[in-house]
Amino acid sequence: MPPFLRNPAGGSRMIRFEGVTKRYPRTGAALADVSFHLRKGEFAFLTGPSGAGKTTVLQLAHMHTVPDEGRVRVSRFSSDSMRRKDVPQLRRRVGYVFQDFRLLERLTASENVAFALEATGASRRKMRQKVQQLLGHVGLAAKAQSHPSELSGGERQRVAIARALATDPLVLLADEPTGNLDRRAADGVFELLRRINDLGMAVLFATHDAELLHRHRDVRVLELEHGSLVYDSAGEEAST
Amino acid sequence: MRALREAMASLRRAPLLGVLSMTSIGFSLFILGLFGLTAYNIDLALSHVEEQVQVVAYLRDGTGESRVDVARKEVVSFPEVSGVRYISKVEALHDASQELTEFSDVFSNLEVNPLPASLEVSLKPGYRNPDAVRRVAERLRSYDFVDDVRYGRDWVERIFSLRRIAGAASLILGGAFALVAVMLVGTAVRMAILARSEEIAIMQTIGATEGYIRRPYLLEGLMTGLAGGLLAFGLTWGTWRLVDASFLKVSWMPDVWIVAGIAGAALLGMLSAGRAVRKELRGLYDL
Ligand SMILES: Nc1ncnc2c1ncn2[C@@H]1O[C@H](COP(=O)(O)OP(=O)(O)OP(=O)(O)O)[C@@H](O)[C@H]1O
Ligand SMILES: [Mg+2]
Repeated sequence: MPPFLRNPAGGSRMIRFEGVTKRYPRTGAALADVSFHLRKGEFAFLTGPSGAGKTTVLQLAHMHTVPDEGRVRVSRFSSDSMRRKDVPQLRRRVGYVFQDFRLLERLTASENVAFALEATGASRRKMRQKVQQLLGHVGLAAKAQSHPSELSGGERQRVAIARALATDPLVLLADEPTGNLDRRAADGVFELLRRINDLGMAVLFATHDAELLHRHRDVRVLELEHGSLVYDSAGEEAST
Repeated sequence: MRALREAMASLRRAPLLGVLSMTSIGFSLFILGLFGLTAYNIDLALSHVEEQVQVVAYLRDGTGESRVDVARKEVVSFPEVSGVRYISKVEALHDASQELTEFSDVFSNLEVNPLPASLEVSLKPGYRNPDAVRRVAERLRSYDFVDDVRYGRDWVERIFSLRRIAGAASLILGGAFALVAVMLVGTAVRMAILARSEEIAIMQTIGATEGYIRRPYLLEGLMTGLAGGLLAFGLTWGTWRLVDASFLKVSWMPDVWIVAGIAGAALLGMLSAGRAVRKELRGLYDL
């Protein structure tokens, strides 16, 4: 079992939103009194129309921003006691994947992954081996030396996922990771995240891909509308 | 290594700005260097002159030797005073004719000795400054048999005030250049950060520490400052050589001053960079 799957002892909840309200200066309330939690090793879709607050939820879970009311807890971190210098530690436990990949164009696939390892203090000796291992995980070992411009959208997203896994996170936040991909590539990325989840990592997958939701009815769905959580397929947990 | 590579890359990206930053740090320290050179030499000269700082009290004719003796003992006990020498009218005339040989005829033909007797008061090392000299002069003047008190007051004070003015002027000028330097280094760093904003955003997302993100920019500031400090050193040294060789013998400053100056320049560069980085990165977190 890869090291990133070893959860620390403690509660069974990875992410907890407790009555979270978030307002933006000009646009007003983006989230209103949202409560839910995501268990360790759980996979959930986060869905809802554009502007519903999906990205805001993920950004709060990444402590990219802080709630105006309520509290966000991620692993052992809590938004109300979070200090600026703790942020990097949290981010290493919480991987983030973007719709637009955000790879560095001037670097190869393996360099993009190595960049993350180096920036979080991995030793040079371990790096090479780990980059290979991560690219192998996402099925891109053969394209390690390609630049992003030489990769398909699906392949780029796989590189981005490999990079997000570099710090051995406990949970992966994916913000419409398949939004820029065609059906086949989207399904491929979804299956990859499912496989990573099977190994024990929690995944919160924001998407408004109705077909994806429809085809995977076994997966828990959290639905937002106008900043409120209007549906949680795990039922009883929606309002606790 | 990475920090160094990136600092160099950023300097290459905006070489003009780098040179401007370095030059302004250089000038700010050059001015400080010139002041240091001046102050150091004034201090050298002063300490030389100080050894000869004396207060001379001229006595009224007809003052009895016994009164002078009593006064002498009192004066020696002043805290500022290291010694008192009595010079009688005869000795004064003798000294004068020795020193002014051209006028020896005049002196030898005098019917009455016009020169007064005097007390030459010398001061302890810590008291060879305008204030102490003035204090001693005032006390001497209070003796009724003292006719007049002389000391090199004017020019001692002038040298001291010259030093003060030079100090203030170079502080203002050097400070202005330092301020410009802080702004230029800040601009250079901001541009470097802007050029790398994509990378910085990724680093923040994956959990790089702020120290790691800042390091290349601090290093860039440090290198700019160091280069500026060396420039200042070169300019100051060149000026010194020029002056020393052409019209005025001046001494070079102690090594510690030089090292402190260059280190100060490096620090100035790094602190300006640090200020800019902090400001620039602050906007990227809510926390
Ligand atoms: N940085 C911001 N400043 C101001 N308003 C914002 C900001 N980010 C989001 N919002 C507002 O908050 C609300 C929720 O936005 P959010 O990005 O979370 O929606 P979303 O569900 O991710 O939408 P999409 O599917 O289009 O990505 C929107 O009304 C948006 O205008
Ligand atoms: Mg969004």
